[in-house]
Amino acid sequence: MKTREQRDLFPGALEMMILRTLKRQPLHGYALAQHIKRSSNDLLQIEEGSLYPALQRLLKEELVKAEWGISSTNRRVRIYKLTATGAKHLEHEVSRFEKMLEGITRVLAPGES
Amino acid sequence: MSWLKQLFLRRRMYADLSEEIHQHIEEKIEELVAGGMSRKEAIAAARCAFGNVTLTEEDGRNAWGWRTVEELLGDVRYGLRALRHNPMFTAVALLTIAIGIGANTAVFSVVNSVLLKPLNYPNAEQLVSLHQIAPGAPGLADFESGLHLSPSMYFTYAEHNRTFQSLGVWDTGTASVTGLAEPEQVRTVEVSDGVLQALDVAPAVGRWLSEADQVPRGPQRVMVSYGYWQRRFGGDRTVVGRNITVDARPREIVGVTQKGFRLVDTDFDVIVPLAFERRNLILAGFGFEGLARLKPGATIAEANADLTRMLPIWMDSWTNGPGTNPHFYETWKITPMIRPLKREVVGNVSDVLWVVMGTIGLVMLVACANVTNLLLVRIESRQQELAVRAALGAGWGRMVRGLLVESVMLGLVGGALGAAFAYGGVRLLLAIGPANLPRLSEISLDARTLGFTVLLAVLSGLLLGLMPALKYAGPRASLALRSGGRAASASRERHRARSILVVGQVAMALVLLVSAGLMIRTFQALRTVEPGFADGPHLQLARISIPEAMVADPERVLRIQDEILKKLAAIPGVKSTGLVSEMPMEGFDSAWDCIFAQDKTYPDNVMAPLRLYKNISPGFLETAGTRLIAGREFTWNEVYGLRPVVMISENLAREIWGTPSAALGKQLREFSSMPWHEVIGVIQDVRERGVQDPAPEIVYWPPMMEYLFGSKAAQTLRTETFVIQSERAGTESFLNEVRQAVWSVNSNLPLASVRTMQGVYDKSVARTSFTLVMLGIAGVMALLLGMIGIYGVISYTVSQRKREIGIRLALGAQGADVVQMVLRQGAKMALGGVAIGIGAALGLTPLMRSLLFGVTAQDPRTFAGVAALLIVVALLACYIPARRATRVDPLVALRYE
Repeated sequence: MKTREQRDLFPGALEMMILRTLKRQPLHGYALAQHIKRSSNDLLQIEEGSLYPALQRLLKEELVKAEWGISSTNRRVRIYKLTATGAKHLEHEVSRFEKMLEGITRVLAPGES
Repeated sequence: MSWLKQLFLRRRMYADLSEEIHQHIEEKIEELVAGGMSRKEAIAAARCAFGNVTLTEEDGRNAWGWRTVEELLGDVRYGLRALRHNPMFTAVALLTIAIGIGANTAVFSVVNSVLLKPLNYPNAEQLVSLHQIAPGAPGLADFESGLHLSPSMYFTYAEHNRTFQSLGVWDTGTASVTGLAEPEQVRTVEVSDGVLQALDVAPAVGRWLSEADQVPRGPQRVMVSYGYWQRRFGGDRTVVGRNITVDARPREIVGVTQKGFRLVDTDFDVIVPLAFERRNLILAGFGFEGLARLKPGATIAEANADLTRMLPIWMDSWTNGPGTNPHFYETWKITPMIRPLKREVVGNVSDVLWVVMGTIGLVMLVACANVTNLLLVRIESRQQELAVRAALGAGWGRMVRGLLVESVMLGLVGGALGAAFAYGGVRLLLAIGPANLPRLSEISLDARTLGFTVLLAVLSGLLLGLMPALKYAGPRASLALRSGGRAASASRERHRARSILVVGQVAMALVLLVSAGLMIRTFQALRTVEPGFADGPHLQLARISIPEAMVADPERVLRIQDEILKKLAAIPGVKSTGLVSEMPMEGFDSAWDCIFAQDKTYPDNVMAPLRLYKNISPGFLETAGTRLIAGREFTWNEVYGLRPVVMISENLAREIWGTPSAALGKQLREFSSMPWHEVIGVIQDVRERGVQDPAPEIVYWPPMMEYLFGSKAAQTLRTETFVIQSERAGTESFLNEVRQAVWSVNSNLPLASVRTMQGVYDKSVARTSFTLVMLGIAGVMALLLGMIGIYGVISYTVSQRKREIGIRLALGAQGADVVQMVLRQGAKMALGGVAIGIGAALGLTPLMRSLLFGVTAQDPRTFAGVAALLIVVALLACYIPARRATRVDPLVALRYE
């Protein structure tokens, strides 16, 4: 049985990817899951369900907002949109993540010493 | 979205989440089917890709952080169901808690309104009473009231102070108002300029009395109280500017006070300006209460220093007449002891109220112990349920919380009921209106009181639940499942909690009963004190005042009084009548004189010790039942003939001349220009200030004499108490005849303070009887609750030990042995409780020392009596279950083995 941490990659990663995806266009849950899966070339094995608690957290923080609507396949779906706060938060998180990544990369790079 | 709004919308949000997840899976299935999968496979694949739906939903909901709140709500629902399931238990527990909380809330509302709330004036913390003491003044230093202010002191303080915004003196009195309807005796307060300004409460109608109204022989003006305005003028606003006749003198009404306005704690009908004649003032005349408002930021210590600074100015500015030394008062050591006005209002009631509050708090604890006992019994029968919950994975923290929520709910529902009880109780208290309780009109259930109730409800709820919760919901809860509900033989351990509770109850009951016992002993001691009058229920009193504007000539006044006495004596059933300036304990302003004895020398020959003085008519001693120790009393011939005769109290005779008989024939006077008066009689000591206070030394003058108020011309006391001894005292028909008799002499004379001497006496011991009643109620409640506690525990033990007792009986034990065994268990608890209780009581009763009289706080007889009573009651409570134990049929008991 996988633990939640494994599913979530590292804390906040899933949220970051959701926000990034929603920045491009508002989406409903299923489309969001498909999009993330596709864009990562199926490299990230994310349980589709884990999307929803993350979305609830983002709703609570008011980083996204949701509205019921009708999808292209004529289905009643809840469509998520990025809020202004969400956009700002995403920028901040991405720059933080890049710094972290840079650090990790340097440490992992073959040493010249 | 606010947190609260989210909370209320959460059901819809949860529904949205479920719907969304459902749609997600459907969409996936559809896509997979469209991709060529069979529907069955598609469902399985979609589910697999999604993960655990229930867990996901739960995680999603938890994201909102309401879990704690929801679990609590669940606990509340569960608790309510559990309480509903057991209506008998719930009713008993709720009633016990409601009575406890109700009593506490009611008493707290009194404590809050009387002691905690600021007085009903703006910025009341700046208000002070100008209390001062004079330890060097002989005869005066003993009294709580200290040295009052003289008018000259008032002028000095008002004009030279640096620490007060405004300052004034006041006094209470009575006056007759005529010309409205029947002649009426009204309660007055006389105020100097500065008093109303200091209190700073705007009038309801018209204006305050101002400095312009304080001019002697100027325009005569008054204010009336709101109550008097409603009663006599029906609340007519045009009353301002109208005249009323006060003491036979017309006066213009300038204003009406606010509803509920009191001067310190004095309720009154009319405010009259004092209008001092400044030219005639001397140093002496210490008859007025001082009241002032401090400047912002000024402290009481600064104000005391300010008054101290002004005392020499006062002595330099005024005199007591030619040939006297104004700085004589330095020997009195006058010391300002300014007190917050609130202390003056509350007086010595605060001791009583705190003792009652503590007592009622203890009763609450005893009640809580009983309910805890009930909870313990009940939870034992619920052990299975708890074990099942534990087995299903409920954490013990969660279970403890559940049980605590349940008991806190008991507390809260009980508290709500209790608040209703308290409301009724306070209404009742206001209806009874106990004498001597200050600020009675301000007592109400306010926000602070209700806050106290809620706090008490929650605390007692937690207290109730704590012991059962920790004991049974603890980590060992699952063990109960194994014993399968089969009563394991009652182990010592299982009953320890309940036994401890009972021991505590007995201990607290002992403390309460000892306090009540000490009050009973106090009351007994008070009753054995000889007050200086006899047969109070058969002494009828009435005050009658003959104002100067009605009858100018003093001798004429005495003739009228004499005639009234004769008419009263002619009423059927009247044994005798008499006249006195004031009966003991009536609480009017007492009068003081410096008294010189001819054969003694005094420092400076100016000032002798101050003595209380009274005026009595012939026949008074016999009427009041006050004994003559030596000599004889006045005759009417001596009174009318202005003979220089005087009587004194026994203790004064002993102080000056050694024995009562030695005093006869000796000479007394008040000041040098007064002729010497011969002592013709010595009267028994009288408890003038109430039975608790020692009898003061008293000089008895005739009702008419020269130099009565300093000037040579003969004067009469115009306001006197008429005393009538009759078996019919206090009955309505008798009072009617008394009124008719008075009005047959002069129909313009109102009767005031109509009451029996017993009423006066009861009022003077009201503080003690109030405390006695309250502690008595508390003690009896604690005793009953403790008895129920012991009974409950013993019967429960007996029912649990049925099998063991059956075996004992089968093995040949006698009934008496079994009774003894059960009683021994009860006695052990009772003795433990008594021992602890005695220790606690020894520590606590000194707190009520100020309420006791003639008994020490550690009175061994009271302690021993209460301890014996408690042990007997405890054994009685054990006896019934013990008897029942002997009737256990061994066969029945063992059959289930």
